Amino acid sequence: MDDLLREFLTETNESLDVADVELVKFEQDPNNAQILNNIFRLVHTIKGTCGFIGLSRLAALAHAAETLMDKFREGAPVQSEQVGLVLQTVDRIKELMAELEVREGVEPEGSDQDLISQLEIMAEHAFDAVPAVVAPPPPPPKVPAKVPQQLEREMLPGEIPLDELDRIFNETPVDPPKKKEVALAKPEPAAPAKNTLPAPAKAKEPTPAPAAPARKSVAAADDEHKAPAARGDDHAGSVSSQSIRVNVGVLEHLMTMVSELVLTRNQLMEIARRQEDSEYKVPLQRLSNVTAELQEAVMRTRMQPIGNAWQKLPRIVRDLAQELGKQIELEQIGAETELDRQVLDQIKDPLTHMVRNSADHGLEMPEERRAAGKPEKGTIRLSAYHEGGHVIVEISDDGKGLDVARIKQKALDNGLATESELAKMSDSQVFRFIFAAGFSTAAKVTNVSGRGVGMDVVRSNIEVIGGTVEVRSKQGSGSTFVIKIPLTLAIVPALIVEAAKERFAVPQSAVIELVRVQPNSEHQVKRLKESPVLCLREKLLPIVNLGKLLGMAPEGEENLEDLLIAVMQVGNQTFGVVVDAVSHTEEIVVKPMSSVLRQLPMVSGSTILGDGRVIMIVDPAGLAQVAASPEEERTSELAADAAARLRNQGATTSLLLLRAGSGDVKAVPLSLVTRLEELELEKVETVNGHPVIQYRGALIPLVHVNDKVKRGTTGTQPMLIFSDEGRVMGLVVDEIVDIVEARLDMQLSSDAPEALGAAIIDGQATEILDVGHFLSIAFGDWFESHDGDDDRLGKILLVDDSLFYRNLIEPVLKGAGYEVVTCASAFDALEALTASRFTAIVSDLDMPEMDGFQFARAVRSEPSIAGLPIIALSSDRSSDSIDKARGAGFTDYIAKFDRSGLIAALKEFAGTAHGEAA
Amino acid sequence: MTSTSLVIARQETTGAGAQYVTVRIGPQLFGLPIEMVHEVFVPDHITRVPLSTPEIEGVLNLRGRIVTMINMRTMLGLKAHAENKRMAVGIEHHGESYGLMIDEVGEVLVLEPGRRESNPTNLDPHWADIVTGVYRLKGQLMLVLDVDLALGRLNTARAA
Repeated sequence: MDDLLREFLTETNESLDVADVELVKFEQDPNNAQILNNIFRLVHTIKGTCGFIGLSRLAALAHAAETLMDKFREGAPVQSEQVGLVLQTVDRIKELMAELEVREGVEPEGSDQDLISQLEIMAEHAFDAVPAVVAPPPPPPKVPAKVPQQLEREMLPGEIPLDELDRIFNETPVDPPKKKEVALAKPEPAAPAKNTLPAPAKAKEPTPAPAAPARKSVAAADDEHKAPAARGDDHAGSVSSQSIRVNVGVLEHLMTMVSELVLTRNQLMEIARRQEDSEYKVPLQRLSNVTAELQEAVMRTRMQPIGNAWQKLPRIVRDLAQELGKQIELEQIGAETELDRQVLDQIKDPLTHMVRNSADHGLEMPEERRAAGKPEKGTIRLSAYHEGGHVIVEISDDGKGLDVARIKQKALDNGLATESELAKMSDSQVFRFIFAAGFSTAAKVTNVSGRGVGMDVVRSNIEVIGGTVEVRSKQGSGSTFVIKIPLTLAIVPALIVEAAKERFAVPQSAVIELVRVQPNSEHQVKRLKESPVLCLREKLLPIVNLGKLLGMAPEGEENLEDLLIAVMQVGNQTFGVVVDAVSHTEEIVVKPMSSVLRQLPMVSGSTILGDGRVIMIVDPAGLAQVAASPEEERTSELAADAAARLRNQGATTSLLLLRAGSGDVKAVPLSLVTRLEELELEKVETVNGHPVIQYRGALIPLVHVNDKVKRGTTGTQPMLIFSDEGRVMGLVVDEIVDIVEARLDMQLSSDAPEALGAAIIDGQATEILDVGHFLSIAFGDWFESHDGDDDRLGKILLVDDSLFYRNLIEPVLKGAGYEVVTCASAFDALEALTASRFTAIVSDLDMPEMDGFQFARAVRSEPSIAGLPIIALSSDRSSDSIDKARGAGFTDYIAKFDRSGLIAALKEFAGTAHGEAA
Repeated sequence: MTSTSLVIARQETTGAGAQYVTVRIGPQLFGLPIEMVHEVFVPDHITRVPLSTPEIEGVLNLRGRIVTMINMRTMLGLKAHAENKRMAVGIEHHGESYGLMIDEVGEVLVLEPGRRESNPTNLDPHWADIVTGVYRLKGQLMLVLDVDLALGRLNTARAA
C-alpha cells in the first residue's frame, strides 16, 4: 500500500468519526449552521480525496450524501430519516474503507445504487417533504440548488462539479487544522479540468454563496476542538499546527530505549554507591534526574484523552434512541482526562456496552418518565477524572435504577444465592449479581441488550487491566457505574518475591497483605484433607505454593509451620500464595513475552530488574484459577450455604474439642454427648468382629472416629458416650482438648463421611464430626443386620432451613426407624404434605420467609392434614417461645440437640398417629 | 550483562552465492542463512521460564531486549551440553528476538545455490522438519537450518 493511500485511510477514518458525532449534534440542533458546515466540509473532503485517488465508488457515495447535505445548507428542513440515511452512508463508506485496507487500495466490487438513489430522492424532495415547516430558515436560494443538480446527470460518479472545486479553493487557505487534507485536495483542479466545457461561466455564479460558509468553517473548526469528542491529535486546539503525527511504533521504541536508560542509570548508581568520593557522583546525579524526567515525558506521549474512547458513543446513543423510541441526551465530562493508550483500547468496548445498557435498561420510555415526574428526555452522563494514580470513569443515567427485587429473584432462580442470604444482603451486595455470568434482568431480550452476556464480560475486561467496577443505584432515580482503572499498564508497581530460587514479580494491585506463619504466630496453616488452608482472622483461605505451581520446586510434603504467604485477591476470590522470600517493591516495565511463550498459564510477561536480570511477572488471575480447584468450587458453594444458614442461628453452641487420628482438632456439639469416659483398653471385647465394652451393666459398641485413631491394647483412652433411646455407644478418640462456646460457622464442607464440615473455632480450622454417622455405624448397619428388616415406624417430614441440622437430625430419625423426607423451607414442606402422607412433622421454628409458627398454622388450617402431630425444634428454650409454639398448634417443643427427647416425642405422638393411620 | 557480543559484519552479497553462517550443534555442522543472523553472543544469566516446553532454555536481557533462548541440542534431540561451552546466535523472527544456543560458531561460507542437494530420504524425521537441504563441503556435510520452520515447530508444540 503506498503512503498516499495509507495517509488517506487514516485521515478519512478520522473524518468519518468526527462526521458521526457532528451529524448526531446536527439532528438535535438543525438550525446550527456551524455544525452543518462542519459536516458538509467533512463529507466534502472525503469526496474530494476519493475522487483524487480514483476511488470512484466511495466518491459517488460521498457525493450523493453531500448533495443532500447541501439541501440542508440551503434551508431544507432537517428530518431524522434524512440524517439516518446520511449516517447509513457514512457506515457504508466505513465498510468500503475497511475493505480497501484489506485489499491494499483496490475498491471492492459492488454497487451502492441503493443508497445513492435514496439519497437522490431525498435531495430532490428535500423541500417538498414537509412544506409547512419550511418557514423558519431564511428563504433558500433555489437557483444554485438546480445548478449542481443538472450537472450531476452529465458527470461520472466521483467527479466533482466545478462550483465545488471553487468552494474548495475558497476554503483551503482558511482551514489550518486540516492541513493534510488540504494538501491532498489541492491538486484536484487538475483532474476535472479535462471536461472544461462550461466551467468558467458556471463557476462564477455560485461563488458568492459558498464564500460565507467558508469563513464560518474556521469558526466551526475551532468549535470542534472545544467539543469533548475532539480528535486526539487536534487536542491542542487551534495551536494544532504545533503537533505532529507520530507512528505508535516510534513511541514504543522510545519507551523501550528509555526503560533501557533507566536500567543503565540504576547500574551506574549502584557502582557509584560502592565508591566513596567518586568524581562521577555529581554528573551521575544529573544523569539520574534527566533520565527520570525523560521517562516521564515519554510516558506522557503515550497518553491519550479518554474522549477518544467516547467518540463513537454519541452516534450509538442516537441510533439506540431511535430504535427504542426514547429520548436520550449524552453528557460528557472530563473527556480530556488522559490515560495510556493501551488501557484506552481495553476499556473502549466495556464502556460502549455499559452506555448501551444504560440507554436500553436504565432509561425509561418517555411516557413512563413523564408519569414519574421526570423530563421526557433521559440523560446519560459520562465523566472521567484522575484520582491517585487511577482514572475513575462514571457512567450514570437518571433512569429507573436497578430493580433490587428483580435481581434478587433472578439470583435465586440462577442459584447464585439462597433467600436467607439475599435477605441479609445490602442493596449494593445485591447489585453485584449483575456482573455474574448469564445474568440479565431485562424482562425482554432486545437486540440491544438483555441476553445476559455482557456485564460479566465488562467486569472481566476491566479486571484484566487491574481495574474494578462498582454500581450504585437508587430505585426511581437512576444508577451509576463506577470504573476504576490504572493510568498505565506499561509500568506497574510490583512486589518482587522469591520462589524455587528464582525471583518473580507479582503485581502489587493483587496483593492484599503479607502473612508470616510461624509455630507461635497468630495465624496458622492447617491441612483439611490434603489441601492446606490459612486461618486468617475469621477467614479460611486456600493456599498454593508458587514454586510448585510453576513446576520449579520439587513436589513433596512441605513444612507448614514456617511460611511466608502473600494473600492475594482477584475479583472476589482471596487466596494465599506461599513464597520463599519477599524482597522489595519496584516499578517494573512490563515487556511482552515472545510468541512461543505467550500462552503460558500463570505468567503474563517479563521485566528487567535493576541488576539487569530478566524475571517473570506472575499472572494473579492464573494463580486464582488454580487456587480454585474443583474441590474448592464445590466447597465454596456448600460452605456458603451452610455458613449462611448457621449465621441465621446466631446463638453460640457448646462444642467439645477433641483429637482423633491426624493432629487437627475436631469438634462435636456438647449437647449430643451423654458422658465422657476413660476407656480401659484391656476390657475391650469383640463381638462379631466389632469392638464392644461392658458399660454400666450393658454391652455397648465402640466406634473409632477414623482408621487413624490409636487402637491400643493397654492403658486408657478417652471415649465419648452417646446414648440414644436406651442404646448407648462409645466413640473412641485420641484426646479430649477442651470445651468451648463458639458460633457454629461452617465454612467448608467435607467429603469425609464422619465430618459435616469445617468451621473456625478459636481461630482454628476444625472439622465438625457427624454424630449421626457414628450412630448409623453403631446402630444402623450393625444392629439392623441383627434385627433384620424392621418395619418402618412411619414417615416423618423434617423441615429445617439449615443443611447442618437436616444432616444432623435426619440420621437420628432414620436410626430410630422412621422414613424421612427433608425440606429446606416451609413452602416445600406444604407441597410435600400434599404429595404424600406423613405420620408426623418435625419443624424448625426460625426459618426465613415462612417461619415455623406460620407453617404450623398453615398445617392446622388444612383439614386433610390438620391432625398431624407437629414437633417444634428450636434452640430458643424461653417459655415465651414455647407458649407461642403451642398457640400456633405445635404438638410438642424440643430443644435442637435433644435427640432422645425428639425420639420420645415422636414415639408418643407419631406412634398413636401411626396406629390410627394403620 | 557480561557477555561478549560480536556483531557480524554484513558483507554485500556478491554474485549468485548464498552466504551461510556455519554453526556446530553436537557433532553436526549446520548453516544458517546470513540474513537471519543478527549477532553471536555468549549467553549469560538465563532466567528459566516456568511451564515452558523443554526446548526453551529461558530468557535473557541482551542490551535491553528480552531474548528467548532456544536450546538447539534439545530441539534436535541431542544430549545437553556442558555449561561452559555455550554460544548463541541471535536471530529476529517476526519482530521478536530469539537466541539459538549452539556449541560453536564457524566461518561464513559463500555457497552456490546450485550445489544444494535435497535432504537424504533417511534423514531423521525430527531433523528433516527443520532442515531444507544439504551442502557437501570438504570433508563434511552442512545441513541448511530453516529458522522459520524451527520456531514454527515451537509454536505448534505449544498449541498442541
